[in-house]
Amino acid sequence: MIIELGHFAAILAMMVAVFQMIVPMIGAHRGNVAWMAVAEPAATTQFLLTAFAFAALTYAFVTSDFSLSLVVANSHTLKPMIYKISGVWGNHEGSLLLWVLILTLFGAMAAWFGGNLPPRLKARVLAVQASVAVAFFAFMLFTSNPFLRLAVPPFDGQDLNPLLQDPGLAFHPPFLYLGYVGLSMAFSFAVAALIEGRVDAAWGRWVRPWTLAAWVFLTVGIGLGSWWAYYELGWGGFWFWDPVENASFMPWLIAAALLHSAIVVEKREALKSWTILLAILAFGFSLIGTFIVRSGVLTSVHAFANDPERGVYILAIIVIFMGGALTLFALRAGALEAKGVFSTVSRESGLVVNNLLLAVSTFVVFIGTIWPLIAEMFFDRTLSVGPPFFDLAFTPFVFALSAVLPIAAMLPWKRARIGRALRPLVPAFVLALALGLLAWAIYNEASVIAPIGIALSVWLVAGAATDLWSRTGRNSVGHRVGRLFRLPRADWGKAVAHAGLGLTMFGVVALTGYEVEDIRVAQQGQPYQVGAYEVELIRVDENVQGPNYISTTATIALRRDGQLIEMLTPERRFYPVAGMPTTEAGIDSGFTRDVYVTLGDPQTGGGWAVRTWIKPFANWIWGGTIIMALGGLLSLSDRRYRVAAGAARAPATPKGVPAE
Amino acid sequence: MIAVRDMLRRRGAACILAGLVLLASPAVAVQPDEVLDDPVLEDRARDISAGLRCIVCRNESIDESSAELARDLRLLVRERLVAGDTDDEVIAFVTDRYGEFVLLRPTATGANIVLWLAPVVMLLIGGGLALAFIRRRAASPAPTETALTPEEQARLDDILRD
Repeated sequence: MIIELGHFAAILAMMVAVFQMIVPMIGAHRGNVAWMAVAEPAATTQFLLTAFAFAALTYAFVTSDFSLSLVVANSHTLKPMIYKISGVWGNHEGSLLLWVLILTLFGAMAAWFGGNLPPRLKARVLAVQASVAVAFFAFMLFTSNPFLRLAVPPFDGQDLNPLLQDPGLAFHPPFLYLGYVGLSMAFSFAVAALIEGRVDAAWGRWVRPWTLAAWVFLTVGIGLGSWWAYYELGWGGFWFWDPVENASFMPWLIAAALLHSAIVVEKREALKSWTILLAILAFGFSLIGTFIVRSGVLTSVHAFANDPERGVYILAIIVIFMGGALTLFALRAGALEAKGVFSTVSRESGLVVNNLLLAVSTFVVFIGTIWPLIAEMFFDRTLSVGPPFFDLAFTPFVFALSAVLPIAAMLPWKRARIGRALRPLVPAFVLALALGLLAWAIYNEASVIAPIGIALSVWLVAGAATDLWSRTGRNSVGHRVGRLFRLPRADWGKAVAHAGLGLTMFGVVALTGYEVEDIRVAQQGQPYQVGAYEVELIRVDENVQGPNYISTTATIALRRDGQLIEMLTPERRFYPVAGMPTTEAGIDSGFTRDVYVTLGDPQTGGGWAVRTWIKPFANWIWGGTIIMALGGLLSLSDRRYRVAAGAARAPATPKGVPAE
Repeated sequence: MIAVRDMLRRRGAACILAGLVLLASPAVAVQPDEVLDDPVLEDRARDISAGLRCIVCRNESIDESSAELARDLRLLVRERLVAGDTDDEVIAFVTDRYGEFVLLRPTATGANIVLWLAPVVMLLIGGGLALAFIRRRAASPAPTETALTPEEQARLDDILRD
């Protein structure tokens, strides 16, 4: 019964979305206030109905209702509760319901917190948002309905893919969807502004929090996915340039560009049409990502639904929304008048360079990702584009971006003198150069890429610190330190996010440049040396029973200078219901290095295959990611940028109030 | 549209097949018995392996894959290296048998030249446009009239003050 109600609620939500797509749009066109105003209750209703549908599906998973075909295909009574819940979105149909839930949530939030939006713009934003919802509701209900019943329910389910039964991956999709779907808000604002024919500083201010929130969610989502790949896939890779990863990376890059260009719109009323274009493209890349993940058109490690019919449907959604928005853009962009004037050396120019590098690097990822398709379709060549291409083509852009970033971040608006801007950065430059040379001197056999990467990441972090410090004025040090903590949160957010980028880059460079690996047959009780560590296989227990798997567990002692550091227990698991083996690495995580051990096959002459890696600064990759996201949150929490900024009409407070 | 659908279907089938092979495989990539005694040769073998795609897997190099076929290819690469082949000869040996699909780094031949030149060309075009834009902004005088009505300007000031 609850399932049928959920199903019905989803259909009803689609009807409401159709209504919300049409009526407020006509109302805005005719200036009919009542017609415009229905958008708000409609958005709320749409969200509540979708939330009910989602709750109903979750209920079916939690109670293991095997009359639902989706539950049978993706769940099992023995599965731990957390994975029963994450199983709701660990499949195509359920994840689509989560997608529309988030879409309607964002629409409802725009209705609730958009109190200070001009009514006409608000009605149009909500109508455009509803049109996206209609497309995805139709996609879900007509091609991938999660509420289908089985005539003869089986006694038990087929279990969730064991690789997905993992805390890192349980929350990876929701964050990614929050990011993907968050970008739909920027899209709706862009299309609404094009219909209005006007973009001003206020528009830049409204669109930025949504983009920033979406970017933060994408950052966390991508970070979780990469962390999961690192510890779960068995050899410690953290990024594969896999089509599905690229699918989330492209919107992230474009969102980063959009964030920065929206600042120029807001502060200087320039780059308007470019910013609109970015907002459209950012959501376009989200849709392309959805297409890549769900059509199975590109061979990937983790594509989870390989259905061509769905691929065609998503392709149609992309054609309609991108075609429509870009046509509108072509017609109206000329009418968007730029106002701000700036000289060649200025913050504005710096942000143009930022946008250039981010946009072209997105293009590099894009063309590398779809090239196998193009080559097969038009040139009849079946080929692959893998990590070697991306490493070679993408790295120069990251390096260029990080070389320019600290300088551009410190340039004043309108007009700047390069010499004056560079002077405070001299200590940061010297530090970066010194550490880069040090890295080069210590490991002179490694390529020069790693030392350059280290120097640039130090440059980023030190540059961010310099940026923050330079904002504290010219008084005594004590005074400046006090001032530091009274700086607006947006300033802190900027510096923290830039420093986070530097830390992630440091982790990536150190791990790829200076990793130590050991492969051997380990005999029990015979310790051996890997780098500065001593590794000893103590014992191997076979047929250890887990909740829904059988495990072969090794116990390995990790020592340094005779001192026991950690007992590691790498495992090989077998999930009988899914019939699938997985590996669980034994990892000793540390601040400066991870020791990563995996267990292989038993050898005919006795002993076991054991692989050991020392991965320097591995945790910094995800630490930096978290810090980047934190920077975004800090900026988002700045009261000047709150989603509801101005709605509460708080009395104006003087600048420089302590951040509460 | 029909051609696209056909291709999607073909690729979909290939994926499912690859998935099944992946499921049947054991769980560790490079095995101790594969490792060559000569560390220089072994390093070269690892580098070559990282650039060759495991053709039955979803998207992994033979160096990362635990599939049986990947192991065979790893052994083949090492065999050729021990026989005295150069890196290029080994790669040519493998591509002759399995086609250019195994190359994770696509060759810069024929249409692929577009792929390799695209980043540079895009950067030049984008850079040119950006430069032209910056120059124009620097040269143009500030527009005097405001596009906002007085009430709107007041609202905007209000918001910006917050």
